Amino acid sequence: MMNAFTGNMFEIFKREFRAYFASPVAYVFLVFYLMLIGFLTFFVSRFYEANQADLKYFFFWFPWVNLLLVPAATMRLWTEERRTGTLELLMTLPVTLPQALVGKFLAAWLFMMIGVLLTLPVVFTTIYLGSPDAGAVIGGYAGAILLSGAYVAVGTLTSAMTRNQVISFVIAFVICLFLALAGWPPVMEIVNKWAPGWLVNGIASLSVMPHFESLQRGVIDVRDVIYYVSVMALALFGAHLVLENRKSS
Amino acid sequence: MLEVRQLRKNYGSFEAVKGISFTVKQGEILGFLGPNGAGKSTTMRMVTGFLPPTSGTALIGGHDIVETPIPAKALIGYLPENAPVYPEMTVAGFLDFVAGVRGYCGAERARRVDSAVECCRLGAVRHQMVETLSKGYKQRVCFAQAVLHDPSLLVMDEPTDGLDPNQKHLVRDMIKTMAAEKAIIISTHILEEVEAVCTRAMIINEGRIVAEGTPVELKARHPSGRLDEVFRSLTQGTAEKTTKR
Repeated sequence: MMNAFTGNMFEIFKREFRAYFASPVAYVFLVFYLMLIGFLTFFVSRFYEANQADLKYFFFWFPWVNLLLVPAATMRLWTEERRTGTLELLMTLPVTLPQALVGKFLAAWLFMMIGVLLTLPVVFTTIYLGSPDAGAVIGGYAGAILLSGAYVAVGTLTSAMTRNQVISFVIAFVICLFLALAGWPPVMEIVNKWAPGWLVNGIASLSVMPHFESLQRGVIDVRDVIYYVSVMALALFGAHLVLENRKSS
Repeated sequence: MLEVRQLRKNYGSFEAVKGISFTVKQGEILGFLGPNGAGKSTTMRMVTGFLPPTSGTALIGGHDIVETPIPAKALIGYLPENAPVYPEMTVAGFLDFVAGVRGYCGAERARRVDSAVECCRLGAVRHQMVETLSKGYKQRVCFAQAVLHDPSLLVMDEPTDGLDPNQKHLVRDMIKTMAAEKAIIISTHILEEVEAVCTRAMIINEGRIVAEGTPVELKARHPSGRLDEVFRSLTQGTAEKTTKR
């Protein structure tokens, strides 16, 4: 038996998830996602020419493809509620804001997970061609799912901040780009010139990349999981604050 | 059923609602009258828990909307201005969602949806997407979601706005049939509507209640005996401010 919190959260989740598939946009989105991952893996990284049945190049592209597509999948979440006025309806139903936030977040995350898991044929192909390390494959997918969750939470936050989908997309893109590039040596060199050491390390530790790479090695480290969960929790908490304040101003 | 205590709302330095108090009992239909920007919608949004008041509160069946919003909201049916409904859902799908959030499940949930569809005469469009519906139907879909759980307090913000005369008549009939066992508030700037459906009316201007009484009592306040004259004499000369956002 579900308690009242999860019960209402589940209703919101269901509605939001179905809303993705109410129009052909979801299918176009998923096809585009798969084509992009496939193109980058097979043509840009030259998967076949490497002559190794290895998924390193395949997983390499996830943060970048998600960077482009997660903000597109989340930009609707709260902006549309506000634009069409259904926010007023939703917030006067006996639903708490955390229920609505988590329900919507999970719906968008599950939608992204479908995209991630639809890439499994690439794995089957690789298994057919050689024998990739099972741990690395599972770790890589766990990393890709957690990473998309962190981006989805950021997208949820930015969609709560505005009633314009394009603005939500752009801000989410910039924040996720920062999370992807923080800690990357060329970027850190710029920061190094003026920032004190602790700040440089602080910025570098925000990056999603080391956590994504360490999961790809097939070791599911609790610290990596904690990192992703913290990003999600922090972004959702931010979205909660934004929505509370929007209401009262 | 509803007790509003000293509700106040400031937007920055602008006072939209300046301390409004009133009560509505079961069986009453209270008409909220006032020019655009008078604070009608803001007051309703505070009563229904969408906007937090700057100060003051409202008690719905004894539940404080600020302190215990969930049990209070469970007793309210709300038809917001412009009747927002999720455009990409079907009528039945939308009502089913609302029934789920209202805590109904299984056969009772289906029964609630069926009776709301029947009550608002939505049978013909039951499986149609909301975005393909006409304004009158959309209004009724939103009305159906407001009465689905048989609320003790029904709050409606301009329920007949933009409807044709037949649709207006239908909505008024639906309101009157439900009046006996509910407390109802409707905001409107159509004066004939107050005379047609309300048992009591309140005129609001610049965030304050400027007159209150039965339609007959209000009419007696002007020598002409006409409600529009009373309305004009009480609210005219105030610059129109819009707080609609």
